[in-house]
Order: sequence, then structure tokens, then C-alpha cells
Amino acid sequence: MSEKIKFTIDDKECFAEKGQNVLDAATDNGIFIPALCHIRGVKPAGACRLCNVKIAGRLMTACTTPVESGMEIENDIPEIQDLRLAIIEMLFVEGNHFCPACEKSGNCELQALAYRYQMMVPRFPYEFPVKEIDASCPKLIIDHNRCILCKRCIRSFKDENGKNIFAFKKRGHKLQINIDEKLSANLSDEMAQKAMDICPVGAIIHKGKGFDEPIGTRKYDKVPIGSDIESVV
Amino acid sequence: MTKKITIEPVTRVEGHGKVTIYLDDNGNVVQSRLHIVEFRGFERFVQGRPYWEAPVLVQRLCGICPVSHHLAAAKAMDVIVGAGTGDGLTLTGEKMRRLMHYGQIFQSHVLHFFHLASPDLLFGIDADPAIRNIIGVAMKFKDIAVQGVMMRKFGQEIIEVTAGKKIHGTGAIPGGINKNLSIEERDRFLYGPDPMNVDKMISWSLDAVNFFKDYHKKHRELIDTFAAFPSNHLSLVRKDGAMDLYDGVIRAIDTDGKKILHDVDPQDYLKYIAEEVKNWSYMKFPYLVEYGKKDGWYRVGPLARLNTADFIPSPLAQKEFEEFKAYTNGKPNNMSMHMHWARLIETLHAAEMMKELLNDPDLQKDDLVIKGTRVNEGVGMLEAPRGTLFHHYRVNENDQITMANLIVSTTNNNEPMNIAVRCVADSMISGQKEITEGMLNAVEVAIRAYDPCLSCATHALGKMPLEVSLYDSKNNLIDKKRT
Ligand code: SF4
Repeated sequence: MSEKIKFTIDDKECFAEKGQNVLDAATDNGIFIPALCHIRGVKPAGACRLCNVKIAGRLMTACTTPVESGMEIENDIPEIQDLRLAIIEMLFVEGNHFCPACEKSGNCELQALAYRYQMMVPRFPYEFPVKEIDASCPKLIIDHNRCILCKRCIRSFKDENGKNIFAFKKRGHKLQINIDEKLSANLSDEMAQKAMDICPVGAIIHKGKGFDEPIGTRKYDKVPIGSDIESVV
Repeated sequence: MTKKITIEPVTRVEGHGKVTIYLDDNGNVVQSRLHIVEFRGFERFVQGRPYWEAPVLVQRLCGICPVSHHLAAAKAMDVIVGAGTGDGLTLTGEKMRRLMHYGQIFQSHVLHFFHLASPDLLFGIDADPAIRNIIGVAMKFKDIAVQGVMMRKFGQEIIEVTAGKKIHGTGAIPGGINKNLSIEERDRFLYGPDPMNVDKMISWSLDAVNFFKDYHKKHRELIDTFAAFPSNHLSLVRKDGAMDLYDGVIRAIDTDGKKILHDVDPQDYLKYIAEEVKNWSYMKFPYLVEYGKKDGWYRVGPLARLNTADFIPSPLAQKEFEEFKAYTNGKPNNMSMHMHWARLIETLHAAEMMKELLNDPDLQKDDLVIKGTRVNEGVGMLEAPRGTLFHHYRVNENDQITMANLIVSTTNNNEPMNIAVRCVADSMISGQKEITEGMLNAVEVAIRAYDPCLSCATHALGKMPLEVSLYDSKNNLIDKKRT
């Protein structure tokens, strides 16, 4: 068994495997650090910036920072928590996130984080951008109104033949997810559902089966996001 | 000199409206109008959305009877996913939805009678507005107020276990329902501690019908003549002519009871019903195509339903129905204030239906959804608390909604409400030297009998109040009262 590294998060003594990133290590020690782009086992992207922590007085993204022996990490402090709330608010105002009619409601990580961080009225003005829905793929709908550009789909979803079907197109504030028309035409229902589940929000929708999970049984209906991690240790 | 009276805002209705009344030099009414001055445009913003979102999205039109929109949209989507109409669903799917609907009818009718209408009946139309409201009722008639609150709660809890939430749930999905009813959920309603059980709801509903009948005996003149006028009546009925609030065929009768729309399929509604736009209101004016704009308008809602149905398929409500019919010798009842009587008989029917459904073991089965061949167009119709509700959608091959047309209950009652206002204006305001608050409230009482939901009707946003203004022939404002 490899040697464990000792470090602290908010003065709590923690242990990690050598080479582990701070986010995964925190999770293994029962500490929740929020993230919308990270998928364990997939190369971190540092895209959403929600996992910011303070190490030696500097802000660092926990997903891209390897743990080092003796590291002192600040996580649950007002400055960081407010920064995270500000990022969540920014994500809400930059898109069109109408939870009431969204089928991802109750299973949406962005919504769940907004509840956990008790978001009320965002401090930024709503942008109400004009965005489209791409419904041309037989199995999937891409609702650009809800996409937070986390790149999870690009980084971790491959079709049955191991090919990427998602990619970015355009640049700057016009940047958006593109779905390969030809490859996506052959997706099975199972794969389409998998794509939907990878997306943290309701931007990827498996066609034709919305709202089949009753309220009360959805992922975040009973317990807040992160409580599964916090209850482990 | 012509005078114009405006009532704005109309109070104790759902939504925002304004009444204007024009008087001539002698103070006689020459014209009256109920204007709906809000606009919301739901039909536009569902365009482009995936079809399965419609039942969840469109119900946001309303916080009072969202279940009606939720179910009407789901019924239209049943057609689109090839589950067929009405009895095409699985038994559990259909019955869970019916239970949701009766819970909804129950809570909405109770809200209207106890909270919105009872102040006029208990205190009198011309009583001081400071006490003529639900707070006044709560202070003076505590038992009635408490009953109203508990009955509404019961209905809303039925909605919660069927739709997932008391308001704006997600239960009905294209082709069925997303949950069944557990034994624990069921038993809460069947055997809950007093008063929260269905037997108590039935007995309280019966009390409410009797309360109205007593009131009627004492105030026959008011109830029988106030805003009474002949009209056509339209509603869904079951294929065998029974009252059915969830599904059926469209029937219309004229003021003498002659059938003028012969039990037609809701999918064909456009062949029979058209809507006229007038430039002074956002609310359209529907009419029967065959009879034209002038003679083809009709009433919907509890009064219309009791007029069109041949019988009510639950024993206690049927008994009351027979008495109701006997009062007009089996002829259609055209008295606006009898809407309250009809509404309470329906409340009783809804309570009886809830009991029947709660005792039905089909609600515990797991076969929830059915689908068939996808088509591109569907109509969903049902009888909402306030009357017939039409939802019509077209969907493209990418599953996006391309067209939505909604004709809501209050829109169907647009012309009748205008006529009711005119009746009251003629009988109470014409020739009077001074316009009192009591007279203005009388106008509102006539509108309120229809329990209009003005926000739904224009798919519009807002509160409920109404304003009456009085104008002269040169359009100068003479008097204005807000209630
Ligand atoms: S579609 Fe979903 S997974 Fe892909 S970038 Fe957008 S939000 Fe992330």
C-alpha cells in the first residue's frame, strides 16, 4: 500500500494518497468541496472554479492542485463560501435557468448548490441571453439556455465506438456545446440517458421521457448536495 | 350628457379586471364592459420547448387551479405520444389523474365559496366592505371559516400525493402518471383523524349545500333574479350523458334545453368553436361556429355542467341534482346566482368521487404509463373548476412544440360575464342619482358568481382587484370607485 500523506483542511487532520488532488482527497476525508465540472477519474479541467480553496493565502482550484505533505487548506471560511455563492449566482444570471419547468429539477447540481448555499436574489443583474435549443438529434436535446460550459460532456462522454460526440464551437461569450449530428444519430437510449446524467444541469436532455421521477424521490429532494460525502467519515 | 362608470379593480376574483359603464343624460346605462387588461402570452413562450415540458410549464399560468392546466396539457400529450384519449391510459394512470382532478375541483370550489363568495352571502351585498371579506367571516362565523380552511387543505393534500406538490406538481406525464398511491397515503385520507378524512369532507360538503338551500329560501328574490339571463350552455359530458369533469364529449344546449352541439369529439373542437377578438379586452370571445358570434356564445362552469348533464354518477350529489333540476322543471337553469348552488353540488360530487377512488385498489398498481405511435397534434380537454378548458398543441418531428392554443374557462364565460354586468347595471345603476359602493359591489357579485380567473384567461399576471368608473357622453370621468 502506498504511503499516506498528512495534511489539514480547516485544521482537521486528513490523509491522502500521494498524487491525489485536493478535491478527491477532501472527499475521501468526508469533507465536501463543491464542484460542477469535476468527475472523479477524469482529468480535471478547473472550469467551474467552484472548488476554490485557500492554500498558503492563495486561491487555488482544489481539482487541479495535488495534495502535498503538511499542506494547510482553508475551505469552510466566509471568504471562500461567499466566493462560491457569487459563482453560483453568476451561473444563474448568465443563462436562462427556469427551474420550475426544467425536468432536471431535483436532480440538478447547480440547483442543489444554490439551495445548499441559500442563494436568494443574485447580486448580479440577469442577462437573459437569447439562446437556442438544438433538438435535431433523435435521442437528445441540447438546451443552450442551461449549459454552464463545464465541459463534462466533452471530457467524459464517448459513444459506443469510443468516439467523442460533444465538442465546443464558436468562441468567447458565443462559445457553445456542439453535438456531432452523424455520430449522435446512432446513440442508444441507454447512452442518451448516460449523457443526460453526466451533465450537471438540464442542458442535455434524453428525449421523450421527462418528469418520470416523482417529486420526493429525486436525488436532492431529501438531502442536500454533499451530505453523502459528509456522512461517510 | 353620458356618464361612464369604471369598476377597477374587481375584487375577490382571480386576476385583474376593470368594468366601465356608460350612462346617458338621464342616468340610464347605454353600455357596459368587463375589460381584461393584462397580457401574458403563455401560448407564445411554450413554442420551441419539448412537448413533455408542457404539462409542467403551462400550469404556471395559475396558482389557483394549476392542476387543470397540468392535466389538460398532459391529456393533449397523451394523444401526441399515441396513448389515445380518455380511456386509452392504464387504469392506474387514469384513476390517479382523476383523483388529482377531484382534489383540485374540491379545493378550488371550496376556496371560492368559503373565501370569495361567502362574505357577500353572510353579510349582504351592500354591507360595509370593511367586514364583507374573509377576515370578517372568520371573526363572526368562525366554524364556517375553519371548515373552509380544512376542506381546502384536504383537497390540496390529495393534489400533493398525486402530483407530488400542492401547487405546480409533476405527476401527470405524457401517457400516464409518474407515481401510484401507497397504502399509507391512501389511509391518511380514508381514516385520518377528525376532520381530515373523506367521510367528514362529504358531510361538510352536504352541509354547505344545505346552507345554500336555506339561504336561497330566505333570499329567493335575490338569488333567482340577480343577473339572470337566458343563454346556451356548454360542457363535457361522459358518453352516456353523465357529468364527467375529467373526460368526455362536448355537448351544448340552448336556453330551452335543446341540444345544439351533439356530443362531439374534443379533437374536433375547431370545427365547432371559434374565438372573436375585440379591441377593448385581451380576453377573446368564443362562440359556436354554427350559431355565429351573436347567438353562438355560451356559458361554462358549474351551472352549465348541471344543465348539460343528464345525471351525476354519485348518489348524494345525484339527489341534490334532482332537486336542482326540479326547481326549474327540468329546464336549463339560467340564474347566475344558482352557480353557487351548482358549485356546491359539484363539491359534494368531488368528495364522493375522491372516496370512491381512494377505495379503488387500481391506485396501488404499478402500470403507470402507456405509449403508442407518435403523432404531431393533440387536444386535451377537461372541466376545470370554472368550466371547460381547451389545450391544443402541435409538435414537430424534433419533439418541439410549434403551436399552442388555450381556451380557458373564464374566456369561455367572457360574454356571459359581460351580460351579467349589463343586467346588474340595468337593474341597479340605471336612473340612480348617486352611485353607492353597494351598487358597485353588486356588479362584482355578478362577475364573482362565475368565479373568473382573469389571469388565466389572458394568460396574464396580476392580483385580483377591480375598479368601476363612471363616464359622461364626452368621455369625462365623473366618478371612480376602487373596491
Ligand atoms: S452540456 Fe452539460 S455537461 Fe456539457 S458543458 Fe454544458 S453543462 Fe456541461
